[in-house]
Formats: sequence, C-alpha cells, structure tokens
Amino acid sequence: MSDDSGLPDGVERRTFGGRERLSTRGAQVYGEPVDADGWRAWDAGRSKLGAMLELGMDTGLVGGESVLYLGAASGTTVSHVADFAGPTYAVEFAPRPVRDLVGVAEDRDNLFPLLKDARDPESYAHVVEAGIDCLVMDVATRGQATVAVRNRQFLADDGRLLMAVKARSEDVTADPDDVFDGVVAELDSAYELLETARLDRFHADHLGIVARPK
Amino acid sequence: MTDAWFAGADPDDPESGATRVRTGRAPAPADWPAEAVDAGFAADETDYYAKLRSATLAAASEAVAERERADDVQLAHAVRAMDDAERTANELAERVVEWAGTLYGDVPRGLDGVRDIAARDPKTAAEERVVSYATRAVDLLDERDDLRSFIEERAPTAAPNLAEMAGPVLAARLIALAGGLEPLAKKPSGTVQVLGAEDALFAHLKGRATSPKHGVIFTHEYVRGTRPQDRGSAARAFAGKLSIAARIDHYSGDYRPELHAELADRMETIRARADEGADE
Repeated sequence: MSDDSGLPDGVERRTFGGRERLSTRGAQVYGEPVDADGWRAWDAGRSKLGAMLELGMDTGLVGGESVLYLGAASGTTVSHVADFAGPTYAVEFAPRPVRDLVGVAEDRDNLFPLLKDARDPESYAHVVEAGIDCLVMDVATRGQATVAVRNRQFLADDGRLLMAVKARSEDVTADPDDVFDGVVAELDSAYELLETARLDRFHADHLGIVARPK
Repeated sequence: MTDAWFAGADPDDPESGATRVRTGRAPAPADWPAEAVDAGFAADETDYYAKLRSATLAAASEAVAERERADDVQLAHAVRAMDDAERTANELAERVVEWAGTLYGDVPRGLDGVRDIAARDPKTAAEERVVSYATRAVDLLDERDDLRSFIEERAPTAAPNLAEMAGPVLAARLIALAGGLEPLAKKPSGTVQVLGAEDALFAHLKGRATSPKHGVIFTHEYVRGTRPQDRGSAARAFAGKLSIAARIDHYSGDYRPELHAELADRMETIRARADEGADE
C-alpha cells in the first residue's frame, strides 16, 4: 500500500482502473468507481477538498472530527467528508442541489443537510453546535472571505478553516492573484493562515487555504 | 430559555423538530448536544444525533419540495421546455423538407411543409418513413403550442404585474434566466436590462466591446419597436419598471395598474423624441 501519511483516518489511496486515487468508504453517490472492499474513488478533479488532500496540503484532518461544510451543493464532496468525519453539517442555499443532498444524507447517519444561506449564520446557529473542529468553505459566491469570517463563531479555538477560493466568483475580470490577495487580507481579521496553495492542477484559478482562528 | 432547534419540539416527533429547524434562529451556536441531553430531549449524544438527523432530513425535504412546486419554478421549466421543443422541431423540419423534396415534387418550405408532409398518405417504404418522421416534428410543434398556452395561463397568477408588463412568455423567460422570481426581484434593474445578453456583457467587462443595451427584453415591442438611437433609453426605462413589477409580485403579489400606466407614459415620451426629430 502507498503512503497514506497526511491523510485522515478513513481516507486511503487505492487503485481504481490501474490508477492510484483517493478513496473513502461509504454508499456510492455519483457513479464513481467502487472497489470490491466498498471503497469509492474520490475524484480530486470534482472536489476542491479532494484536490487539497491530493496536493499534500496539511489540512489537520485526522478522521472523526465534527465538520461544518458551507456550499455543500449536491453533496459530491460532502459525501466523502461524512464517510471519514464525525457529525457533518452540510449547508447549501439552492433548493435543486439540496434535493440530491438529501438523497446522499439518507445513506449516512452523520450527515445533516440544511437548506440555509451561509451568509446568514444566525439562520442555522440554532442547529449547528459550537466548537466545530473543521469548517470547510466551498461557496461559489462573491464575498467568500466575509462568509468565512462570519462563520468563525462555530469553530473551536484549535479548529481549522479549509477553504477553496474561486477567483472567478469574486470578479471575472480581475487577475486571480489580485483576487486571492484581497481574500487573504480580509481573512486576516479572524484567522491565522497556515498554508496556501494553488489548486490549478485540478481546478483552474482556485486557491486552497488552510487557516486557524485567531 | 434557549434558542436551540429542539426547544419546544416533541422528542418523538421529527416533524415538530423539522419546523423548528426551518424557522428557528439563534444569535450564536452553543453546545447543543450537551444541552439536549441535560434538557431530557435526548438520552445521550448518539440519540441526539439520530434525532437531529431525522429533523434535518425532514426539514430539507419539505423546504425543497415546497420551493420546487412553486409556480415560478414551473414557469421556468415550461419556458425552457418550450424553447427546446421549438428548436428540436425546426431541426427535424429541416431534415423532413430536405428528404421529402427527393420523393415529392411539391413540398412547401419550412414548418408548413412539415405539416403538409405529415398529412400525406405514404405509398412506398421511403415515403412511410418520411411521413412518420414529419409526424414527430408536428407533434413537437403541438407540444410547443401547448406549453405556450400553459405559460399564458400560469404566468398571470405567478407574477401578475410582470406578466402584464412583459407578456407571459417574456415574464417566464426573465424568471428562468434569473433562476426564480425571488432572485429576479433582488436583481438591480441594470441586470434585468441585460439578462440573456451575458456573452455581450462579459465581452464588455473584459474591455472588448461596448456595453449591451438589452438582453432578452429586446423581444418586447417597447424595445424592438423603438428606433435604434432611443432603444437604450427604452430598454432602461422598461427594465426599471420590470424589476419593480417583479418586486411587487414577489413581496406582495397584488396587481398595480398605476405601474403599467407610468411605463406607458414614459414610453410615449421616449418615442416622441422621434417625432420631434422629424419636425426639426
């Protein structure tokens, strides 16, 4: 078996179709390859968090932690997160993808779907517990940094923010580097940055960020 | 008193919890699992998460179903389906006319030709195929007409002011492009003005072109029927009233005749410029 160091428990590199890929164990969701032992491939090209793990970023994830996932969409990535994490709160604003997200959650005991707006944390603070270990930000909207700052209150003091910034969501015309500088500067009010890396190998014009609350 | 979602909810009834999940709010999160156990809502943490799961699943399913049944969502799907049916029918028609031309001497052009072919009595195997194919195209055209009637019937209930001002089909198109009546109501009128002209808008933002004057609202007589040099003004005035109409439809839903009179007035003023120009 290959080097799984740096990966949380419950995430392994396994061989699918002759190629080594990340995988987690759980019910199949989107037609991804599944091996004989029930592990299913986690496509880094379809998942920003998958790309961050694939690129070896130090996410601090160990497995079993509580997670607040903002921008869960139809649940592609969050299904893998729920496979290795503990209680996983999945927030998504658009009704159509939540229809699929509910289907993903029905197959998992620890995944809680919420049709809520991540820009308005008070609308789900009565459901999501305090002291979350890991806040995952995958919202494709303008003002991604503001959303991260507003949701700081859910995070434990030693928790982690894992964020994928999509340059084109902030400003289609600006240079991605300028957009990333702006986001990083705004995060600085609430977070200490631990690591950043471009995800271009998997996702064009995206920046992966690992941070912890100040 | 706590703001927790389980406060006041019946532990044995996921529905009551679901309602609280949907409508509740709290200024800040707290250690809800521990509070729930202390309050006797759950036996232990495992039990709490099981109850939370039932409540969130029920809340999300209900909210999605409610949202997707809504009239504006139905309108958006209907108008997209209508466009699909028309585009596909035209594509089939092209083939039918082309093919029938090799079998019959007298084939009218376009969609008339298709209806004509579909009504014929085939005599050979090839004619049978072409007539059958034409029948599919005609069915699609009928479906398009049915979809249009459906939109014309539904739009005035879903968005009375918008449908009156833009016409039912354009109203449905605007709703579809914006992603719903609520998103449309929240858009500034400058955005409404160029909905459907995204390619031109992004070319402009990249500095490659002038800003588009109008998007899909061009199909309305108020814009198309105004002379080119006044179309920008007409589109701006029209979009301004359209976004007010969308807001009234979304937030209150009652019909406001004065809004339509104001727009008619404004349009008259803009169009009067053409006459003044002619007098000079």
